[in-house]
Amino acid sequence: MTDATHIPMAACPACAAAPSAERLAALAPAREARLVLSLPGAHCAACMVTVETALQTVPGVRSARVNLTMRRVSVDARADVAADDLIPVLAGVGYEAHELDPGLLSATETDRQGRELLMRLGVAGFSMMNIMLLSVAVWSGAEDATRDLFHWISAAIALPTVVFAGQPFFKSAWASLRVFRLGMDVPISLALILASSISLYETWAGGHHAYFDAAVMLSFFLLAGRYLDHRTRAIARSAAQELAALEVPRATLLVDGSEVVRAISEIAVGDLVRVRPGGRMPVDGVVTDGTSEVDRSLLTGESLPVYAGPGSVVAAGEVNLTGPLTLRVTAAGRDSSLHRIADLVAIAESAKTRYTSLAERAASWYSPLVHILSFSAFGYWMYATGGDLRFAINISAAVLIITCPCALGLAVPAVVTAASGRLFRKGLLIKHGTALERLAEVDTVVFDKTGTLTLGAPGPTNLADHPEAVVQVAVALAAGSSHPLATALVKAWTGDVASVTDLHEVPGYGIEGQWQGARVRLGRAAWCGADEVDVTATYLALPDGTTHAFTFADTLRPGAKAAVAGLMAQGLAVKLISGDAAGPVAALADRLGIADWVAGALPAEKAAAVALLTSRGKRVLMVGDGLNDTAALAGAHVSISPASALDAARVASDIVLLGQDMSALPDALRISRQAARRMVENFGISAAYNVVAVPLALMGLATPLAAALAMSLSSITVSLNALRLR
Amino acid sequence: MDILSILIPVSLFLGAVGLVAFVWTMKARQYDDPQGDASRILTNEWDDHPKPPLDGPRVPPETRR
Repeated sequence: MTDATHIPMAACPACAAAPSAERLAALAPAREARLVLSLPGAHCAACMVTVETALQTVPGVRSARVNLTMRRVSVDARADVAADDLIPVLAGVGYEAHELDPGLLSATETDRQGRELLMRLGVAGFSMMNIMLLSVAVWSGAEDATRDLFHWISAAIALPTVVFAGQPFFKSAWASLRVFRLGMDVPISLALILASSISLYETWAGGHHAYFDAAVMLSFFLLAGRYLDHRTRAIARSAAQELAALEVPRATLLVDGSEVVRAISEIAVGDLVRVRPGGRMPVDGVVTDGTSEVDRSLLTGESLPVYAGPGSVVAAGEVNLTGPLTLRVTAAGRDSSLHRIADLVAIAESAKTRYTSLAERAASWYSPLVHILSFSAFGYWMYATGGDLRFAINISAAVLIITCPCALGLAVPAVVTAASGRLFRKGLLIKHGTALERLAEVDTVVFDKTGTLTLGAPGPTNLADHPEAVVQVAVALAAGSSHPLATALVKAWTGDVASVTDLHEVPGYGIEGQWQGARVRLGRAAWCGADEVDVTATYLALPDGTTHAFTFADTLRPGAKAAVAGLMAQGLAVKLISGDAAGPVAALADRLGIADWVAGALPAEKAAAVALLTSRGKRVLMVGDGLNDTAALAGAHVSISPASALDAARVASDIVLLGQDMSALPDALRISRQAARRMVENFGISAAYNVVAVPLALMGLATPLAAALAMSLSSITVSLNALRLR
Repeated sequence: MDILSILIPVSLFLGAVGLVAFVWTMKARQYDDPQGDASRILTNEWDDHPKPPLDGPRVPPETRR
């Protein structure tokens, strides 16, 4: 679809007056956003305006709208506008952005569920207010016909409300009963049904007590908890999916000299595959044509790019840096090294015992207890009153209503919502429901180096040692290459640049050009005729025969130092396990003050190290980004990976660091510990209310007023307690 | 007590109006971005006018108030 159809409209007045079918067809899909970008850095009104106006100045963009709650921007644009055009624009105004796949977000589905819950919550809320109005009149002494009338009106409002609003509980209770389990929703449903039917009977018989307000209030508070829970999960789930959606499993196959794009599953051993500069190797293979350098950091943790020419062996997951490569496939799909690591992950995950959350543990003894209490109250009062069915059922319903887990259903969701909201604002996304509780128990933190503590991107270290004229030539040459060292050099230099012409890149070696009529080169030591230094460096050969070495070091992730220091200050053991060589690892460990470090670790060794710590009773938090960390991430008690990590690593981890900054890590641990404490407190508060109210109910002293008070007070206290989280 | 026969229908009616308004806000998707909407009222940018035509002359955002 092209948008050229819009322009000639004015040429024909009739067409302009009556929009053609073509135009209508072109307008219809415009309602759906075509591009969705994640914006971890957006946080205020000014951010929204900056981002939206910046995007609207891009030609072809129809509209852009930021969703601050989800930290993303939906862009409606012409078909020829790609996310790659927009990301630099956003980077230009100071916002980090990642492309998301709107097809995989499945936002509509979770959205529908959320809106359904919100609708039920709203209906329950409005009914509750109206019934409460009538109930207060009854409690304050309405008599006979007036009371009966009020009860009837309450019934007319409450019964449809309970049927509509209670559905999530009825469905889930039925689902758990069918497999002979007593979930949290069984006593809830029983209380709702029992309270409504008894109240209806009492109203019909002209009785004094009706529990309509309790039934509706119960559904309101429980729906509130359910909605909070759902919202936290929905945000986390969609964001986790969107991150997983970043990579497309395709490869460019060479068939009879022409390029065909195929799914990775269709590639067989012996095929020829073309990998462009900047692309990731889709398969294991041997280079048959082309020279380049490959970045293995995600696979092995090595920070230096490695030369690749005909005959070199490359593995799936490595990144091709400078020149196009043609590979003869040696292993694809299941057999590739990528999959061997995925198998390690599967083993680690099966070894990990499933964590039972605090709420699950509470529910497992809570449900049977409530049922036993209610039934024994029924049995006792049947015996004590000599078979007064109406009175006994009333008592057991009161017990069910009062013990019903209003506070319990709110206690955990309210805390989790408050805590994950705080963490989200700090740039941490909780992917897994119990991750917060597990994070609270951590006593050992294991870091990966490349891409985690460092950005995996080099920065020049000795620019100031060279004469300015030399640097200007080097930067001018570097501007013609997309090699990471060259781009780092360009980024670091803010001054003038020499005029170098005829730039052309020799893949795998470097870049050369003409400066003042003579040849200059920037690249490998041997190619430039320079003596190699023992750190990461690129070399400049000038026409006068002199050579200059520009050295580089991996740049530290912003906040890494603060994060490590903060974690140590909290008394946690910090360990660095890297696949990189001993030199850079030791230098980094020294810089960050980490005493306990291991270099040259293979993926299986990393996982084994984590397993060993776990077997010694440690609760390990693993922070890593590479494929070589994946097994360790899956095996650790809880794991965090940066958004820049490979999707396999992000899938294996429980928490994703959305921005670049890592300094929020110690805060996250503090908040999680606080959250776990609040949850326990909330359980305590709910229990305290029950200890007071249940004996009253058992003795038959509970009135609808007492039930309403106990329910609302306990729910409000737990919500307020959750909000104390700082 | 006769006043009740007026007040109760009135209160129920008002409750129903509130409920209808709530259902409308749900249908109009007003709860999709609560944080963004809260911030949006602080900006000078208009938000509820039709956008300028796609291929027409673009007005720089600073001048459209």
